[in-house]
Amino acid sequence: MSIQDRIRQQLSSDKIVLYMKGTPQFPQCGFSAKATQMLGACGVKFTTYDILSDPEMRQGLKEYSNWPTFPQLYVNGELVGGCDIMTELYQKGELQKLVTQAQG
Amino acid sequence: MMQPEDIKQMIETGLPGARVSVTGDGHHFEAEVVAREFTGKGMLQRHQIVYRTLGGKMGNEIHALSLRTLAPEE
Repeated sequence: MSIQDRIRQQLSSDKIVLYMKGTPQFPQCGFSAKATQMLGACGVKFTTYDILSDPEMRQGLKEYSNWPTFPQLYVNGELVGGCDIMTELYQKGELQKLVTQAQG
Repeated sequence: MMQPEDIKQMIETGLPGARVSVTGDGHHFEAEVVAREFTGKGMLQRHQIVYRTLGGKMGNEIHALSLRTLAPEE
């Protein structure tokens, strides 16, 4: 399976997916830590992948979404954005709505 | 090492006429960009427009760039 196919498969199996540096328990970057905290505060279940342990996935994602940095949040298979966009949405109360609706 | 001034120049070259201010310590940067290209676009597209001006440097030499993107009328 190509890396692009793997990404598509991951995004179709889970509605809320965060590609990050490290894990929610042991984030390796402040921005990834903040992203998991915001999702945690929304009270939804989300899937994370550690791109530091998978260089091929890391490169593949940059190309898949034309987005060069991590974390990357996807909801219903669509890129929402990185930490800045998540923060802006969260402060407006829109991130909570988006992920709660996605969870259904 | 990248300097805030380098990033400012790259964004200004890619988005002629934009108002750009950048601060940072060589690894983490913050930028505010006001550009007419942002009019009618969502945040995701705005960030992609800025990332495009930075080419392959974003995510490599530039570890992190916090962006605030505004259209001129905002």
